[in-house]
Amino acid sequence: MKTMDRPKLTFAERFYIPQIIRGLWQTLRHIPRKKITVEYPEVKPKLHGSEYRGVPTLVRDPDGRVKCVACQLCEFVCPPKAIRILPASRDAVRPDGNVEKEPEVFEIDMLRCIYCGLCEEACPEEAIFLRKDFAVTGYTRSNKQKLLELGGTHADRIWKWKNK
Amino acid sequence: MPEMVNFTLDGREVSVPRGSNVIDAAKQCGVEVPHYCYHQRLTVAGNCRMCLVEIGMPKLGPDRKPEVGPDGKPVIAFAPKLVIGCNQAVSEGMVVNTVTPRVRKAREGVMEFLLINHPLDCPICDQAGECRLQEFAVDYGRAASRFVEIKEHKPKRVPLGPKITLDNERCIACSRCVRFMKEVAKQDCLGFVERGGRSVLTAFPGHEPNTNYDLNIVDICPVGALTSNDFRFRQRVWFLKETRSICPHCATGCNTLVSSRENVVYRQQPRDNADVNQSWMCDQGRLNYRFVNDSARLTTATVRAANATDATPVAWSEAVAAMASALRNAQHAGQGTAIIGSARATTEELFLLRRLGKDVLRTDRMETVSRAGKADGFLVSADRNPNTLGAYITGVGHGLPESTIPEICAAIARGEVRALLVFGENIAKHGIPEAILAKLDFLGVIDVLPNAVTKLAHVVIPGMTFIEKQGTFINGKGRMQRLKPGVRLAGDIHPEWRTLGTLLQALGAGEYADFDAVFQDMVRTLPPLQGVTYASIGDQGLDLKLAERPGEEAVAWNLP
Repeated sequence: MKTMDRPKLTFAERFYIPQIIRGLWQTLRHIPRKKITVEYPEVKPKLHGSEYRGVPTLVRDPDGRVKCVACQLCEFVCPPKAIRILPASRDAVRPDGNVEKEPEVFEIDMLRCIYCGLCEEACPEEAIFLRKDFAVTGYTRSNKQKLLELGGTHADRIWKWKNK
Repeated sequence: MPEMVNFTLDGREVSVPRGSNVIDAAKQCGVEVPHYCYHQRLTVAGNCRMCLVEIGMPKLGPDRKPEVGPDGKPVIAFAPKLVIGCNQAVSEGMVVNTVTPRVRKAREGVMEFLLINHPLDCPICDQAGECRLQEFAVDYGRAASRFVEIKEHKPKRVPLGPKITLDNERCIACSRCVRFMKEVAKQDCLGFVERGGRSVLTAFPGHEPNTNYDLNIVDICPVGALTSNDFRFRQRVWFLKETRSICPHCATGCNTLVSSRENVVYRQQPRDNADVNQSWMCDQGRLNYRFVNDSARLTTATVRAANATDATPVAWSEAVAAMASALRNAQHAGQGTAIIGSARATTEELFLLRRLGKDVLRTDRMETVSRAGKADGFLVSADRNPNTLGAYITGVGHGLPESTIPEICAAIARGEVRALLVFGENIAKHGIPEAILAKLDFLGVIDVLPNAVTKLAHVVIPGMTFIEKQGTFINGKGRMQRLKPGVRLAGDIHPEWRTLGTLLQALGAGEYADFDAVFQDMVRTLPPLQGVTYASIGDQGLDLKLAERPGEEAVAWNLP
C-alpha cells in the first residue's frame, strides 16, 4: 500500500482572498464573451451533424399523396415494436388510386421508440424519416395525422408510382 | 415398394422411384431445382424455362454397350442443350447437373427475362415474403436492370370472379391457374390472350371462375398476380405464425395451415397430404374461420338460478362445480338425464362425454347432431361434420342418418329427462325447440358462441374452437388426424377436455392431469383405437383401417 501525503498549502492558499479573487475573475472574464447556452425549452438548440436522429415522421410527395403504402417493413424491423400499422385498400377512383394500398392506421408509440432509425433504413418508399426535432410533446399519440403534420412534403426523385 | 432407378445428381449417386421427373427426384435428394410453371399435381407445361438442367447419358458404343473411359467409368454423353427438369424423367445411369456455370447462366437469363416487365410492386404485393420470383431473384437476378425501354403496362386490380383479384403486370404467364381450373376444378375458364411480353391472363367472356375451389389458384400462383379478396392487404405474410391443423368443415378433414398473428386468424391454406386432400381444399372450408375471432365469443362462464332471468358471470371452476352438483342432484333424485354432443367436437371430448353419460349418469340418451349435405365428388363430403366417426366410435353419436334427437325431445316433453347437457350445438335449431328446453330442471351448455340455448341454460361454460386446443378428428375414411393449438383468446376459457375432465373428477369418475391422460384413457377404452399413440398420428394422420378391424364393419356403411 502506498501512502499519499496531503499536499502542503502555501500561505496565499490558506489566506482565501486570492482564491476568491481568482474565482471572480473567471466569472468576469466570461461576461463579455459570446453565449454558448440557450434558454431551453423556449429556445431550441440547433443540432449540427447529419447523424442526429430525432422524431420519426411520415411524409407526402409533392402531389400531396401519403408516400407510405403500408408494406409494414418498418413495423417488422422496429426493435422495440413501437410501430403499428393497419393496412387498407386505396379506392381506385381516387386520383392517387393507382397506388392500391395505404395505411389506415399508423401509430408510433413514442414511449417505446428508441430513435434507432431502422424504420427509415428499411422503408422501400422513402416515406418515413427521422427528423432533427426532439422532445415533441402533445395531447395525442403519434398517429398518422400527427406524423404527417410533422413530416411535411418530401421531394421525390424517382416518381415510382407516378406513371403506374 | 416402387421400382427404383439409380442416377447421378451433381456427382452424387442416388436412387429414386422410377418415373420421377428431375425436379421431384432432386427434391427427394434434398436439391431444389427452381421452377415456376411445374406443379406436382398438375400436368407439365414446360413454359417457364426456369428448371433447365444439364443431362447426360452413358455413351453407347457400336455394340450397344456403354463405352468405358480410361478411368474405368462409363463415358457420359451430355445433351447439347439444357433440358427442362419438369418434363424429363430420370433413367438408369443418367447424370444430372443442377449447379454448373452453364445451368446458372441459363437461369440468370431466364430470370432477367421474367423481370423485364415485372413492376416494382413488392411493397404493396401480398405475395411478398412468400414469392418465388423474389426468392429466385435473390439467387439468380441482377442487382440492376439492363432494360432501358419502357415497361409493358397491363391491367391491374382486375376482378377474376367474386373471390380473386388479378394483377396482370405481376403475372409471369406460368399457366398454373389455367391448368388448375381445367384439370382439377373442371371449369375451363382461364387462358392467355395476346403474345410475348403482352400476354395477358383473362377469363373467357362470361365465364369467370366460380367453383368451390377457385382460391387454390391463389395458393399455387408463384407470384402475386392472383390475390385472395379475403386476405388481400390484411396482413403481411412474414408476421404470420403457421399452425398445422385440420379443416373442421366436413368429414374429409383436409389438412390445413392456419396463419395467425397475435391470436387473430388471418387465413387458412391447404397442406399437402396425398391420402386426404392432395394440395387442395374447398373455398367454403377455407373461408370458414372468422368465427374464431368473433367479437361475440363466450369468454366467461355464467350461472343462472332456476327462477332468475339473467345469468351471472362466474369463474370457470365455479361453473364446473355448479354443473357437477346439478348433475349429481339429478342423478340422486333418480331423474332422467341426456347428453347432446357434437360431431364437430374432438374425439377426446366425445370420449369424456361418453364417460360422463355411460359411467356417471348411466344414461343411453346420447346423440350428436348430424349434418347431411351434398357431396361434390371431389373434396367436399356429404357429411358436414368433421368427426362423425369419432362420435360413432365413442358411442355418443349413432352416425348418419339415424338420429335419436326426436326421442330425446319427446322424453324431455314427457318429463322423463329433467337434466340435459348440450355440448357445442345450438340444439334449438336442430330438433329440440326452446319451449321444450324451458321445461328442464337443469340445462348445462358448453359452447363457443352465444345462441338461443345459451340464453336458456342454467350453466354456460365457454369452449374453444378447433385452432385453440389439442385433439383429434377421425375423418369419413377412418383417418385419425391431429389438431394443434395456434391461437389463445383472452378470457377465462379452457379447453373442453379440461372442463369435462374436471367435471368427471368432481363427480368422482377419474382424474385427468393433462391432455395425454385423456388420450391414453381413450385409447385403452375404445377397441377401434387400440395401439394408437398420439405421436403415431403425426402430421399426415393415421389410417385406423376400421374396415379391417373385427366388429367395426358396421362403420363401413357410414362412410360417404
